[in-house]
Amino acid sequence: MSAPQGAQAVAQVAKGAAPYWRNAGMTYLAYVNACSAHVRNCLKEPFKSQSASREQIHYKFTEWDNGVPSKPVLRSSNPEE
Amino acid sequence: MLSGRQALRAGLRAWRTPTVGAIQRSFAAEATAPAVPGDDEQSNQFLKLWKSIAPNLDKPRLPSSYMKSRPPTPATIPTKLTVNLALPHKFELADKEVDMIIIPATSGQMGVLPGHVPTVVELKAGLLSVHDGDNVKKLFVSGGFAFVQQNSFADLVVIEAVELDQIDPEEVKKGLAHYSQLVNTASSELEKAEAQIGLEVHSAMNVALGA
Repeated sequence: MSAPQGAQAVAQVAKGAAPYWRNAGMTYLAYVNACSAHVRNCLKEPFKSQSASREQIHYKFTEWDNGVPSKPVLRSSNPEE
Repeated sequence: MLSGRQALRAGLRAWRTPTVGAIQRSFAAEATAPAVPGDDEQSNQFLKLWKSIAPNLDKPRLPSSYMKSRPPTPATIPTKLTVNLALPHKFELADKEVDMIIIPATSGQMGVLPGHVPTVVELKAGLLSVHDGDNVKKLFVSGGFAFVQQNSFADLVVIEAVELDQIDPEEVKKGLAHYSQLVNTASSELEKAEAQIGLEVHSAMNVALGA
């Protein structure tokens, strides 16, 4: 077997051994966060809102140009904001 | 009546010993640091050398001053398994001694008793049961890793662990129907994988609620 063929075989074996989400291009973190989001979504109140508030994050970006701050941009995990 | 110097000294002492509400020193901790719990020979040697080389510098805090060290592997198998279950936001179980745990590994349900061989396993969404005598605690975990140590300690790191009565069965049924349909209609490979994840997690919850 030539070298590129060997590498191909190795890649194929790795693909066969990996779980389906990995082959679809997801990382482990994306996978486990998706799983946890499904679990959180199925909770009763008040646990659902508690877990939602725990998971929420905001980032406020302010770009500085020539020593002057521009208008801040808010990025939030909550799509309504 | 305190003299000026005495009052100053008393004030300094009050400031140095952090009590609730007092100013905590944020850096350069030395003598006031709490006594090292798992004080071992090696750290003592190191601190002695430190003192002789740099007498004016504060002693560094060693890992052992933050964390209690684990006991060595006992010669005979202990009767209890010590479990730590950590979530990103809290400890669900901390140093809890139990008889057995059954963990949902990707390769299937896995029972862990004291004296289990050391292993690392990936967890899938499923039911984790903690058995202690007649008391069985059941938690639904979403995924993570379990580390079974040689000295009958088991450390579980999971993202979400909820008690079964916190899960809404209606929502689970709705999700199950939605994702079983989505698996067939999803076009790209990524969408298909996402739908598959949804289906797996919801059916695991369904099974856990039925059990």
